[in-house]
Amino acid sequence: MISRPAPRFWVAISVSAVVLLLTAIITPLIGSSHIDYGRALAGASPDHEILFYARLPRVLLALLAGGGLSATGVLFQALLRDPLAEPYTLGISSGASFGAVLALCLGLTSFGAIPAIPFASTLGAGVVLVIVLVLAYEGRRISSFTLLLAGVTINSISLALILFLHNLATFQQSFAITRWMMGGLDAVDYSTLVWLAAVIVPTCLAVSWRARDWNLLAVGEEWAATRGVAASRLTVIGYVAGSLMTGFSTALTGPIGFVGLIVPHALRLWLGADHRTLLPCSILLGAAFLAICDGVSRTVLAPTEIPVGVITALIGGPCFIGLLRSKRRSLWL
Amino acid sequence: MLSGVSLALRPAELTAVVGPNGAGKSTMLSIAAGLRTNYLGSCKYNGREIRSWSRRELARSIAFVPQSLRLDFPFRTEEIVMMGRTPHGEGWFETPEDLAAVERAMLETDTTAFRGRDFRSLSGGERQRVVLASALAQQPRALLLDEPTTFLDLKHQIDMYRLLRDQARAGMLVIAVTHDLNLAAAYADRIIAIDHGRIAADGSPRDVITQANLLAVFGVDAKLQNVDGRSWIAYD
Repeated sequence: MISRPAPRFWVAISVSAVVLLLTAIITPLIGSSHIDYGRALAGASPDHEILFYARLPRVLLALLAGGGLSATGVLFQALLRDPLAEPYTLGISSGASFGAVLALCLGLTSFGAIPAIPFASTLGAGVVLVIVLVLAYEGRRISSFTLLLAGVTINSISLALILFLHNLATFQQSFAITRWMMGGLDAVDYSTLVWLAAVIVPTCLAVSWRARDWNLLAVGEEWAATRGVAASRLTVIGYVAGSLMTGFSTALTGPIGFVGLIVPHALRLWLGADHRTLLPCSILLGAAFLAICDGVSRTVLAPTEIPVGVITALIGGPCFIGLLRSKRRSLWL
Repeated sequence: MLSGVSLALRPAELTAVVGPNGAGKSTMLSIAAGLRTNYLGSCKYNGREIRSWSRRELARSIAFVPQSLRLDFPFRTEEIVMMGRTPHGEGWFETPEDLAAVERAMLETDTTAFRGRDFRSLSGGERQRVVLASALAQQPRALLLDEPTTFLDLKHQIDMYRLLRDQARAGMLVIAVTHDLNLAAAYADRIIAIDHGRIAADGSPRDVITQANLLAVFGVDAKLQNVDGRSWIAYD
């Protein structure tokens, strides 16, 4: 009998949702000072203030950014047919960082109703994505090797440009840039979170809706096209969605690497490659993963905090090397 | 590239397209599969221009089997076959009809035994049968194959062509681009030889596989030998 995908889907989604919910409840309690929900909800000081003005916004930021980055990883991997593709390894995050730093230095705050920094970093992400793709396309296929090299190169160029801007900046700007560049999560106000949520949540829903088509695109463009998928339209949707999510979350958190690599990779080992389960579970568990990493970053050296980017890179780096090795075994790289 | 090619393909026939490298065989196939829409001239299916079909509509009628399939992700074999059902359903999950079509396609191609295995762990011959199963699960009226036996050993080459012939006998329009003239001669109902973007010969295997055509199209001087009433090409 052919096995039906539905039971596997419901089990995986339920488990992921429960993990996310537990993470969302437990992580606000983690930190250098002890709080409890009873006192915080009753409005007792300082638990109330710590929960609602420090911990909760930060956890929500981690959840949104983690979900967005993880979803972007899945999309880029499917589009480029490369399990190593991810906003950070492709240089997209650093492009977004450059955009954001540029906006910081120019003192831009908003373009009409749109906050300037997320806008500038989305633009940076988009520009880098186009450059990387142009470099990596050899004829009609993409070279995984060139793709990663282009990513590395763009990372260093962006970093150089950021350092350059950093030197031009005033003392205050330079402080803001340094803090931001470390890839840390900080308490943000709720109106900013609403902005982020308004980008991440609908984008995640929209791309998950097409999950069945992503399966075919992950096999190949011709494969998808000859089986009735509007492959070029879906490709554009994927790249735009990925740039948007990377741009907006990077603008608020700074560059955080490897979330989009670790989470989808681990989930493929557990669930297989079907994007109907992979994509939504990556979103839910990517969110939980970043919130947990942030919890760790708040506690290991408490009361000092390490930037969460350090934690994700320490987990993600070895994961990347492992993937690289297994990939080299299976094909040319 | 192709020029001055005009032909009509009929259902219930296994048509082999042969010719030297770069003759335009694959170009012809990809136009028919709807993969190249920037062609000049006209290519119609059921009286309607290929490029005016939507991808989805076309995929319900025409299935395409690539030369080989290389995967970067751990899709299970049955998932690959299920992808053939994409043009038939709008829903998030496959319907019972989808699963029935998948099961039938896997039975026909003898791939049921490895339905739960990672596609990447299969041998070349097994993979090609799975890809064919996926095309059959599409329940198309026409099947286009681009050198389907390139990576197969002799037994699997023969099995593949038997399967294609059976599909044609059952009413399917089957076109296979191939380099293997003996296999084409043995199994095809019709052979089209393409050279420099033009049709050099078109007809039954007996009419097309001749010493003169082999020399003119492939530049190979070969002898034809008769074994059990069929011509086989013998190379020097």
